[in-house]
Amino acid sequence: MSDHDYQPSSKLGKWFNDRLPLLTLSNHLKEYPTPKNLNYWWTFGGILTFCLITQIVTGLTLAMHYIADSDLAFSSVEHIMRDVNYGWLIRYVHANGASMFFLAVYIHIFRSLYYGSYKSPREVIWIIGMIIYFLMMATAFMGYVLPWGQMSFWGATVITNLFSAIPFVGEGIVAWLWGGFAVDNPTLTRFYALHYLLPFLILGLVVLHIWALHVPGNNNPIGIDIKKPSKDTVPFHPYIVIKDGFALLMFMIVFAFFVFYSPNILGHADNYIEANPMVTPAHIVPEWYLLPFYAILRSVPDKLFGVIAMFAAIFVLVILPWLDTSKIRSAVFRPLYKQFYWILVIDVLILGYVGAMPAEGIYLLVARVATAYYFIHFLIVLPILGYKEKTIPVPLSITEPVLGGSPNLGIIKNKESLN
Amino acid sequence: MKKIISVTYLIFLLSLGNYNVSAAEKTDLIKINWSFNGLFGKFDRGSLQRGYQVYSEVCAACHSMKYLSYRNLSEKGGPEFSVEQAKAIAASFEITDGPNADGEMFTRPGKLSDKFLMPYENDKAAQAANGGAYPPDMSVLVKARGGGANYIYSLLLGYEDPPSGMTLDDGVYYNKYMYGNQIKMAAPLSEGLIEYGDGTEASIEQMSKDVTTFLMWAAEPHLEARHRLGFKAIVYLIILTALVYFSMKKIWSRVETEV
Repeated sequence: MSDHDYQPSSKLGKWFNDRLPLLTLSNHLKEYPTPKNLNYWWTFGGILTFCLITQIVTGLTLAMHYIADSDLAFSSVEHIMRDVNYGWLIRYVHANGASMFFLAVYIHIFRSLYYGSYKSPREVIWIIGMIIYFLMMATAFMGYVLPWGQMSFWGATVITNLFSAIPFVGEGIVAWLWGGFAVDNPTLTRFYALHYLLPFLILGLVVLHIWALHVPGNNNPIGIDIKKPSKDTVPFHPYIVIKDGFALLMFMIVFAFFVFYSPNILGHADNYIEANPMVTPAHIVPEWYLLPFYAILRSVPDKLFGVIAMFAAIFVLVILPWLDTSKIRSAVFRPLYKQFYWILVIDVLILGYVGAMPAEGIYLLVARVATAYYFIHFLIVLPILGYKEKTIPVPLSITEPVLGGSPNLGIIKNKESLN
Repeated sequence: MKKIISVTYLIFLLSLGNYNVSAAEKTDLIKINWSFNGLFGKFDRGSLQRGYQVYSEVCAACHSMKYLSYRNLSEKGGPEFSVEQAKAIAASFEITDGPNADGEMFTRPGKLSDKFLMPYENDKAAQAANGGAYPPDMSVLVKARGGGANYIYSLLLGYEDPPSGMTLDDGVYYNKYMYGNQIKMAAPLSEGLIEYGDGTEASIEQMSKDVTTFLMWAAEPHLEARHRLGFKAIVYLIILTALVYFSMKKIWSRVETEV
């Protein structure tokens, strides 16, 4: 159904809708034609929306009790944990929620990589997504500083010091970021202000992300363009709503296990020691979701080039739609790309692992190889693969392999059972 | 569907691995089956009360516990002393209060609302009295150490003679679980050091276990409430997930695609 044909049934609804077409919008969201073959990897968009809202709601509540002051921050967190009603629950949901958010966003990103969702005509969705991801990392990093524990303080020191690598103006920029000559109270208060602001920017970008998605519509596991609406699509409500809801509940069970039964396993013990500028921890490690980038940073011997490599690792993702020269979207029909895809997954997991280890000996060597491979994948393998790879013929529609006697029937069945 | 679960689980394990490896560098800790672990884990009330006794008679001489109040001792999920007992404990401490109407500081017996009395005026005084080492505050100590309760327990039992060839400075002791094996705290516990009110034999193992349990509670005073609520929340989620699953199957049966 075209959005323009929609007419509210009630007179009042029509009167209002002529002035502000909110009902047209809600009808669009309800009727939005969605490919019917979406698998469970497609449910993480909804899960991520849930994560963002959870973080905003719990964060707002924490902000009512938290005190951004270098003398009081740590004890205000303990006050939340001990004396605020269900403060322990709110804080553990917020702290583990960050990890859950990143877990979901990594699955979401790697789903896009597998099925080629970043390719034309969805480049803008992808770029907005990458900006969201970047802002998420900034937000999470600043949030981790707020409890003012040892890892907060020293993590902030290490990361802000990266900017000192910039030639000529580096030192000035770092002092400007700190609001002084070391990480101290001014740093804490500004991080708090920004940590409060950025989630709302993310929320705005999420709206754009979904808007941009609703122009071409969803990609799907076989990666072909489909007619909308058609036999290949189902309306978003109730089909996708109930499926996303089911997946979200599964996700919430995992989330609940962390919150209620091992709320501190994803954090570092040192962050329960109050920040002390005179004592440096033995190993300064960021939160797990930043470890691959931390590994890339440390694998380059020169500080400036290390910082450049780290930001470049994100930037190659931004320009990915133009690095991947293949016209075929889904890895289901790209036998070689599929293998390189899994190598990349393993490569990133290795980077995460060595990021948590001391940067010396075998770990440093592995980090260097893995860093090099990361860039080789995006800058060399993907551009060449588009020309060299012999792809499997794609079906004409989603229903074809199911209804018709297509020669691809067996292949698609097998591939889809993977998911 | 199964694949998704197993892959998700694998990713979790891998991410956890990052942190577990760093703990594995040290000597393997003594692992105890703590009563507070597991889905229904609760504190052993007797152990908490004895643990408070060990803390107040031994640890509190040097270690503060600044985020706890005397009222916590009678709260649900803790040592659960009676309110009268907690009041008596609080009253046994001299708290400096003030200034009064004349602008003078004065001392008075402690009240339930007072925070635990600190053994030293400030960090510097604590360091000066302990050969330069700062006895860490014990409020969240269990959470502030990799290995948690097992680490604290192991450390208390980890005092040994140094291996031959290792010389220790004055005021430094050998402990096989300490990072770097050198600790500035002398072995704090010895057989029969205290006399338990409930007649339990005060072996070093017993005292270590009791005080570790007490410290775990101090760090996580709402642990029992968390476990209780967690069980309810997860059972609720599982039932809801099952209902939504069948609704989904029903709805999707209208189209020929599988979900």
